[in-house]
Amino acid sequence: MPTPSRYWREIPQRYRLEAGKCTNCGYVCFPPRLVCPQCGGREFAATKLADSGKVITYTIIRVAPHQYVDQAPYAVGIAELDDGVKLTAQIVDCNFEDLKIGMRVKIEFRKIYEEGEAGVIYYGYKFVQE
Amino acid sequence: MRDVAVIGVGMNKWGELWEKSLRDIYVEAALLAIEDAGVDRIDAMYIGCMSSGLFVGQEHLASLLPDYLGRNPVPAVRVESACSSGGLALRQGFIDVASGMSDIVLVGGVEKMTDVNGNEATYVLGTAADQEYEGYHGLTFPGLYAMMAHAHMAKYGTTREQLAMVAVKNHDNGSKNPLAQYPFKITVEGVLCSVLVADPLRILDCSPITDGAAAVILCPADLAKRMKKPAVRIAGTGQATDTIALSSRKDLTWIESTHLAAQKALAMAGRKIEDIDLFEVHDCFTIAEICITEALGLVEKGRGGKAVEEGLTSIRGKFPVNPSGGLKAKGHPVGATGVAQAVEVVKQLRGEAGGRQVGGAKLGLTQNMGGTGGSSVVHIFEAE
Amino acid sequence: MAGIVGYGAYIPRNRIKVEEIAKVWGADAPSYKKGLMLEEKSVPSPDQDTITMAVEASKRALKRAGIDPKEIGAVYVGSESHPYAVKPSGTVLAEALNATPEVHTADFEFACKAGTEGMFVALSLVQAGAVKFGLAVGADTSQGAPGDALEYSAAAGAAAFLFGKDPIVAEALDTYSYTTDMPDFWRREYQYYPQHGGRFTGDPAYFKHITGAAKGIMAKAKMKPSDFNYVIFHQPNGKFPFRVGEMLGFEKKQIEPGCLVSKLGNTYSGSSPLGLTATLDISKPGDMILIVSYGSGAGSDAFIFKVTKRIDEVRDLAPRTRYLLDKNKNYLEYGVYAKYRRKIRKAD
Repeated sequence: MPTPSRYWREIPQRYRLEAGKCTNCGYVCFPPRLVCPQCGGREFAATKLADSGKVITYTIIRVAPHQYVDQAPYAVGIAELDDGVKLTAQIVDCNFEDLKIGMRVKIEFRKIYEEGEAGVIYYGYKFVQE
Repeated sequence: MRDVAVIGVGMNKWGELWEKSLRDIYVEAALLAIEDAGVDRIDAMYIGCMSSGLFVGQEHLASLLPDYLGRNPVPAVRVESACSSGGLALRQGFIDVASGMSDIVLVGGVEKMTDVNGNEATYVLGTAADQEYEGYHGLTFPGLYAMMAHAHMAKYGTTREQLAMVAVKNHDNGSKNPLAQYPFKITVEGVLCSVLVADPLRILDCSPITDGAAAVILCPADLAKRMKKPAVRIAGTGQATDTIALSSRKDLTWIESTHLAAQKALAMAGRKIEDIDLFEVHDCFTIAEICITEALGLVEKGRGGKAVEEGLTSIRGKFPVNPSGGLKAKGHPVGATGVAQAVEVVKQLRGEAGGRQVGGAKLGLTQNMGGTGGSSVVHIFEAE
Repeated sequence: MAGIVGYGAYIPRNRIKVEEIAKVWGADAPSYKKGLMLEEKSVPSPDQDTITMAVEASKRALKRAGIDPKEIGAVYVGSESHPYAVKPSGTVLAEALNATPEVHTADFEFACKAGTEGMFVALSLVQAGAVKFGLAVGADTSQGAPGDALEYSAAAGAAAFLFGKDPIVAEALDTYSYTTDMPDFWRREYQYYPQHGGRFTGDPAYFKHITGAAKGIMAKAKMKPSDFNYVIFHQPNGKFPFRVGEMLGFEKKQIEPGCLVSKLGNTYSGSSPLGLTATLDISKPGDMILIVSYGSGAGSDAFIFKVTKRIDEVRDLAPRTRYLLDKNKNYLEYGVYAKYRRKIRKAD
């Protein structure tokens, strides 16, 4: 799991889904970057991702990395948001039988992980059914 | 650029090697290759290893392994590209000989994975993914490939049974490989009722956790002739990269980096894909082999599942894929895999593959891949 | 004049029924249901806590307010289940809403009235002209000890209120707080579950402070029960709000719209605040609303709000509270509930 500083650095993305839109070709980078992967451009306008979309693929993790063992099984998916950006996140509050490619989801603020009883609590975005 | 030949290969039996440490495993395989080549001088070493730091707390393999091979002060390079570390080490070794910088180069790959428990290993393997935007959300490698599988099944109608057939074919081949971790056959039913790892992938869709190493000796082709060794020439090499995160790819079901790397290698070798007699590819998961056969151009996009069902990729098929047993049956000590693929192809081209021999093999292709296709390395070997 | 410019609610989807809990402890479910007038309660998922619910409720309040979050000058979170003992819930909330860095935040704690405490302070800062907008959230994921009476009612939820001078949805006409020191319900540091004084938590605690605050504010504002369209009381169970209402001279129909507890449980710092969001959802311009919270230890905060025309424009900009309460419920068995609430854990 990330160290506190590594977690904190990504807060604008984890909490507010802040992204960068290339001023040259319009490609939206999430997380924001220094170089546009589409056109090599170096200038970006601040933007925010859409907060809902549809699932384009998913899985249910049953064998988890050791930090997530207590959460397993959990669903993870990639959703194409309404602004065209593809985002990876867990899909929660949804019975596994109801998971479907094409289902509509929206973004909700949730806990991602906590480091035991004494460590930092990591927050971020997850998908819930719309 | 000089022509480069492989004059020696070596590989130990792969599995859970409790009594052997990382350095022991590497040295064993390296010695076998050196002996097979019959050389006494090594000019440089290239070592493929994904994550000795996380698995056994050991970095600086570029000092440790020449030391334990008894070869200090030979220059050495540790190469890392997740699961394509071995293939990439081979490419770097090739470049060293082709450029004329070195004459006799030892390329080895090694991974020691069993000193951590299963969930820790899952985490270490997950470091090949985007840590902040895939790993942070609890994704694992099986999970990423499972998402590719669901997408492939939805887009092309690939079935659960077709995925299982990849594992069954590879075990059929692996049952004839005495160095394989799991040299036994399995059935489709067996795959379909094995425990779920990340839906729809089950444990028997996944390559195992393995300790092992493999090594080859490279030298200029005309030196090989003078030494009167049965040589196999590396006719082409190609590498390409793609986005690290699966969600950034344009098509979740297509491995562009393999497609590009293969095109480059084939162009360099002056060959078409139809000319190749056998393929050792990166079946880290059954769905991976299906996507790779499409990316290499053996079949049309979306037909990879049908191809294995029709027997196209079995040893006697039109395009024999993974005669060694693949990662699934042979095992997948991450950094060693790419080199082991070369070992198999060389043996096949020498006619030394025993019960898994592809008859009349003259050209072989290895495809080694990192992550979900973030990097791919392809080599083409030609029997002299 | 200052008041509420936006409000929002968040209720987790999971529920557990009284019968399911009673079955495990061999208790008599019908008598619990009748005695507490409680049918089921909300249960947070393992990835939810006071902070996550506060963020979602606050986003909804922002949607209704339609203001720029950078103009929020104060962010207060009141809870008795703050995720950290030291590190504010308020900073995570302020960051998630993009209200940082020019903002004051503080976490409040006062058993079940920590939410209205924050509301009192946020409103006062706006009235004093110290901030343009002030946000106050009451949120909790409280625990009841296994087999204890509180296990049937301790629930999870959040309500957020954004205060300002413009654009007002409900004008704040008056406030009044009634506080004494009493050990009716408490939790010591490092203890996992609270303790309480049984029947001592009734008359001398809940009833005395709520009636004290209600009478106090009505005297101050020169109003009587019949002047109000709705009244919301703190809801530890389904009986107390109606009993105290009757004692004060309110009718059932004034209390019912804001009384969610029989299907929600007691959301502690979210309790009367969620009752207020549910009431605003169905209110009409000109309606007079009285809300009186109660927190053990003990005290009550009372507010009088007058609904403006703007309620018709904003109420459906975010999900209504009763919608969150009634739709898409996911019922849990006791075992899963106990796992979610960490009453049973794996060996480390």
